[in-house]
Amino acid sequence: MKPILLIDFGSTYTKVTAVDVENETLLGTASSYTTVQTDIGEGLQNALNILEQKTGKLEFAERFACSSAAGGLRMVTSGLVPELTAEAAKQASLGAGAKVIRVYSYELTKADVAEIVTSKPDMILLTGGTDGGNSECILTNAKKLSKTEPICPIVIAGNRNCADECEELLEGWETHVCENVMPKFNELNIEPAQHEIRQIFLDRIIQAKGLSKASELISGIMMPTPAAMMAAMQLLAEGTAAESGIGELVAVDLGGATTDVYSIADGMPSQANTIVKGLMEPYAKRTVEGDIGMRYSIWGIVDAAGIERISQLSGIEPERAKEMIQFLSENTETLPANEEWENLDFALASMAVETAVARHAGTIEQVYTPMGLAYSQVGKDLTPVRRIIVTGGAIIHTKRTGEIASHSLKDPGQPGSLRPADAKFLVDRSYILAAMGLLGQHYPDTALRIMKKELIEAYE
Amino acid sequence: MEKKTLVMGVIGADVHAVGNKILYHSFTAAGFNCVNLGVMVSQEEYINAAIESNADAIVVSSLYGHGELDCRGLREKCDEAGLKGILLYVGGNIVVGKQPFDEVEKRFKAMGFDRVFGPGTPPETTIAALYEDLGVEPPEESEE
Repeated sequence: MKPILLIDFGSTYTKVTAVDVENETLLGTASSYTTVQTDIGEGLQNALNILEQKTGKLEFAERFACSSAAGGLRMVTSGLVPELTAEAAKQASLGAGAKVIRVYSYELTKADVAEIVTSKPDMILLTGGTDGGNSECILTNAKKLSKTEPICPIVIAGNRNCADECEELLEGWETHVCENVMPKFNELNIEPAQHEIRQIFLDRIIQAKGLSKASELISGIMMPTPAAMMAAMQLLAEGTAAESGIGELVAVDLGGATTDVYSIADGMPSQANTIVKGLMEPYAKRTVEGDIGMRYSIWGIVDAAGIERISQLSGIEPERAKEMIQFLSENTETLPANEEWENLDFALASMAVETAVARHAGTIEQVYTPMGLAYSQVGKDLTPVRRIIVTGGAIIHTKRTGEIASHSLKDPGQPGSLRPADAKFLVDRSYILAAMGLLGQHYPDTALRIMKKELIEAYE
Repeated sequence: MEKKTLVMGVIGADVHAVGNKILYHSFTAAGFNCVNLGVMVSQEEYINAAIESNADAIVVSSLYGHGELDCRGLREKCDEAGLKGILLYVGGNIVVGKQPFDEVEKRFKAMGFDRVFGPGTPPETTIAALYEDLGVEPPEESEE
């Protein structure tokens, strides 16, 4: 036996997962409260004690960790045109596992700079202009930021022709220059910026967040938890040289405050006569719906879906449903106690999944041209995707997982939404995906095989 | 010499892709850096592309006869977006039916286009106009 420990320092819970890489089995999982204010090691030790009660004493060969504690990796991004470099910068940050506090476009105002300073980001991503294109915007923004005291590292990933000048303007700041997020018009190049962001997270943010004590306890890899999740999904979809993946997929992580959606799919049009418009989206794409969550963001679900649909799905009268939702928003630790509350959570989870996946997926519309019918697509076409992975408390701890997950599928009532047409649902019952993303950094074949074994199919 | 940047594409609900490809190859061979938006391009797309790429000119094509409607307001939107004075060209089958070209040209110039090209204009004509308006010379390896 060769046990390996995988740790996820979450904002509330520290989750530990033990695997045996020799026999490729999951040994156990446990969690305890995160103790970032005092000593993060305490919460970890508590979780380990709980784990070892189940598994017996384990001598770990290696320990790897990811973290979203202390706010996770909080970033501010700035670009030029909202749909172009500003969007590319946002995609880059989300894909690197960041929590994007705000996306700025065009030139920053004094008020914007003040807002950035007060929002205390862990990192700023500065972009704007294609290579050889606009330089005014990024230079102006660098100049404006340079007027304030340095607050955090800045990644410069804009028009390469003015990268040096940006760096000079930002003297005194910790700057990192990397390749443009959009070197040519509509050509997304987010990996270099993502690599840089992860590196800075590793080198600097961990110390700043009081997690350095934790780094003594582990052998390596610290990454933001969403980045670990993204890595797991990519591994699961693509496979390795030794073990095949399951192909293109969509994953939904339904949380209490936010809902994250991942897609590992090229998203190219699946029907003829389709013209793709707007920025080409990344093959590995992550979106975060900050207003869609089962407790803290419960009203966001109501706003998006309407109380009528929630009432209809749950079989609860709208007035009663509103009262219950108000209670849940104030008592965020509440778990459903009886059938009525279970029905409400079912309806909310279904609508959260539907809304989040609809926002993640692309859209298509018919265009009547003098030459006949054509289609105009914006974003990714996920209709051919045949695998949907679901995770998050409200989905895992219910018998109606498949029914909830089915709301991620294409709805005949919304023909313009390019969600998967028909798919198999796989549930992360033991809540191990982020851990497998970490394990996959060193043991990809093992991590993949464990995921394939542990993900259980759910039926509608 | 630094290359001049053009933003080009076929405006509106027009899906004529062949002419667009020919123009793209001709302009590129003539020494321009081309941001080709392809077919079915909205006014906003031309403008956004021109802002990010710091373009020197926007070259609008239209073949299906609705160009006059599609092009209205483009100059004003450019002004609004900070692209004041950017060179605007339009060409192709830009109006409904057969109308005297001098009247068509007048109407499009009134809309703010710097040059208007009628049906059947060879790419060389447009290229020559671009050289003149942007004050650049053909690249040396070019035979012409």
